[in-house]
Amino acid sequence: MDKHNELAEHSNHRYGKYILVWLGLLTLTAITVAVAGVNLGSITIATAIIIASIKSYLVLTVFMHLKSESKTFKIFVGVAVFFIIISLVLLFSDYSNM
Amino acid sequence: MSTQEHTAVAHLHRDDVRSRMGMWLFLFTELILFGGMFFLYAVYRFLHQADFHVAAKSMNILIGTVNTAILLTSSLTIALSIAALQNKKKILSLILQGITVIFGLLFLVNKYFEWSAEIHHGNYPGSPELISQSSGHILFFGLYYVMTGLHGLHVIIGMVVIMFMMRFTIKDVITPDHIVKLEAAGLYWHLVDIIWIFLFPLFYLIT
Amino acid sequence: MASDAAAVHSNSYETYLDYKGKHKGIFAWILSTDHKRIGILYMVALLSWFLVGMALGGLIRLELLTPGRTIVGPQTYNAFFTLHGVIMLFIFVIPGIPAVFGNFFLPIMIGAEDVAFPRINLLSWYLYIIGGILIILAIFLPGGAPDTGWTFYIPYSIRTSTNMIITLTAVFLLGFSSILTGLNFITTIHRLRAPGMDWFKMPLFSWALYATGWIQVIVTPIIGITLLLVIIERVFGVGIFDPALGGDPILFQHLFWIYSHPAVYIMAVPAMGVISEIIPTFSRRTIFGYKFIAYSSLAIALFGSLVWAHHMFAVGMSDSAEFIFSLLTFMVAIPSAIKVFNWTATLYKGSIQLDPPMLYSLAFIFLFSIGGLTGIIQGALSVDIHLTDTYFIVGHIHYVVFGTAGFGIFAALHYWLPKMIGKIYNMKTAKVAFWITFIGFNILYFPFFIMGWLGMPRRSYDYLPEYQVYHVISTVGSWIMISGILLMFYNLLKSVYTGKRVTERNLWGGETLEWTVPTPPPLTNFEKLPDVTVGPYEYKQNDIEVEEVK
Repeated sequence: MDKHNELAEHSNHRYGKYILVWLGLLTLTAITVAVAGVNLGSITIATAIIIASIKSYLVLTVFMHLKSESKTFKIFVGVAVFFIIISLVLLFSDYSNM
Repeated sequence: MSTQEHTAVAHLHRDDVRSRMGMWLFLFTELILFGGMFFLYAVYRFLHQADFHVAAKSMNILIGTVNTAILLTSSLTIALSIAALQNKKKILSLILQGITVIFGLLFLVNKYFEWSAEIHHGNYPGSPELISQSSGHILFFGLYYVMTGLHGLHVIIGMVVIMFMMRFTIKDVITPDHIVKLEAAGLYWHLVDIIWIFLFPLFYLIT
Repeated sequence: MASDAAAVHSNSYETYLDYKGKHKGIFAWILSTDHKRIGILYMVALLSWFLVGMALGGLIRLELLTPGRTIVGPQTYNAFFTLHGVIMLFIFVIPGIPAVFGNFFLPIMIGAEDVAFPRINLLSWYLYIIGGILIILAIFLPGGAPDTGWTFYIPYSIRTSTNMIITLTAVFLLGFSSILTGLNFITTIHRLRAPGMDWFKMPLFSWALYATGWIQVIVTPIIGITLLLVIIERVFGVGIFDPALGGDPILFQHLFWIYSHPAVYIMAVPAMGVISEIIPTFSRRTIFGYKFIAYSSLAIALFGSLVWAHHMFAVGMSDSAEFIFSLLTFMVAIPSAIKVFNWTATLYKGSIQLDPPMLYSLAFIFLFSIGGLTGIIQGALSVDIHLTDTYFIVGHIHYVVFGTAGFGIFAALHYWLPKMIGKIYNMKTAKVAFWITFIGFNILYFPFFIMGWLGMPRRSYDYLPEYQVYHVISTVGSWIMISGILLMFYNLLKSVYTGKRVTERNLWGGETLEWTVPTPPPLTNFEKLPDVTVGPYEYKQNDIEVEEVK
């Protein structure tokens, strides 16, 4: 019984956390739209990507419970993200010097 | 299955971590599938920066923003539905799953209007109007249709999966103690959301 | 098939071959989720496809016997080499060792009762079969067999009027099948190891499959999306790669090789794993540098995924890209060489038994060394410009792919097939077949290096008379090699039907877990789940009785 109550309490706590994260995500969306209206020149795309990464991080860690998963899962995600980034960098070693 | 008895033996000890691990690995393949298209986008945008800016002008930022909000909210509802079921609130969980599916549908309806408008403007693959434009313009719309189209397909798959989960929840196949199927469906839905989080600024906010 | 042979068995336990489930006959196999039966299903399909691919290869060689037309016209010749490549790579070697021997032995080797997701395992076999059926359709449907080469380069694959969409869909499905196998193995190794089987007590074959699993999961989606985009481009006329619509064909090559280079390691790393099992068994020695071999699999997986553009040195990439990719290419040689040195060190002062699996393994090391060294030659930029698109590359690819993955499969077949079916093949015939195959292989492929160096372009239907002597030698070599392989297959097939029964658990004196279970393995692999206390290959500590097979 105790364990069940604990779980329930834990879940109640989670409702609040999820809603908080959701509000954060909406705020970040508003920011990225607002910033797009301002001409930031070359850092426009960087800002957009950084905000999108923060949003993804929130979804990954909270909604997808990556935070409470074991270290193995975190390394897994690291491997996938590393592959995408390093491939993009290597790809641009060709295109950025044409 | 012919070896049902056998697999029953092999799976005497249910292992939720195993199921989640399989799901995460599958999500990586989805992520990298879209990653390949992001590579294309990055290179073409780099090669045709001015064209991409001009082409993106015809994007409807309002619909894009609304759709972003819809998907983010649906991510919230599916996450809440899992928490609700763990909290032994079956009805609430079902309602939240249902809302998620409805949000998915709303997203697709918006997408439909958006695509219709573009097609009405003559911006569709192979149209004489698009062919007459610059290379960057053609590529922008090519990527736009392919990436949002494949993303839309994933939204549809996600909706179907969640509808199955609703059925499982009703039939008590998914219970607070056997929740890993719903969790996996949730993971899939969140991934679809993450992909949109990147698609949105890259197509709508680069004018 | 093996199911007929199963009835003969009257073991005290129920083997996976005896098992009578809900379904009868063929359905007891194609609806089975038992990893051992799925392994056998893959084996039957794979080896059948291999014979088709080999026949096509033989026809290519025959056509090239004389300059100009010998047996077929240029269009048919293009279809021949395209199908030869597609079948051998996507249907034979890429699924190859993991799908057959990984499925069958990985769970047993780490002390598990099955893979992590048995039903997904069966699904991946079905995707594989559907992929194969689509290839057959692509050959025979009106429109004609694909003629672009197995690389599907743009703009050929957009412009050709042959059955491109079906072919690309087939490769897409085969890729999906490969992903599911990889996903299954990674999860199996993480979650289903027996008590006491920690990471560094795992056999090296499991390490190899683990590294391969990661390559499969991480890079295969890239080829999936690339081919899917070509299909979309063909069907809807969307501008993506087509230069007429502003696309960049070189970008297709980048994406294609992001997968297809690591795919070489999907073929080679499991084969290296097989060799790492066989070498210690037949030299009665602990493997030298266990951890180095284990880590070098991971290192190959990592570096191998980052060197794709060395296939494109001649397309006009930027200087910095050429430099980076050339450097990374040389770095892959390091973990590969570590393996070769460790194998050789294991052999040193071992009491070597030259049984057929060992012969194939030694041939593997020899052919892999030639393949690897010629690879390094091409990794050097200036030399590569000279060698690009010549027969040198064709020689290299055959030494690397056939010499490693192909010979790895042959080695594994001779090592594990008796365990799988409980029957032993004729040793003498196996050795004769080996020598014919090995000698034929070198007569067939070595002239490719010379021709290539002299400038003979690959994929050419016609050639200048001065190259004919090499082509004739090579074609004669193909006849020798094909005879050897047919003899080998005949010998193995014969053993399935009329081979001598074996019931010894440990056929060769191996030290890994699969040799501790009965032959053929029981339905649930183990009578009692093992509690592992010692590492693999520990010949001094373990005193397992070695039962000689005559």
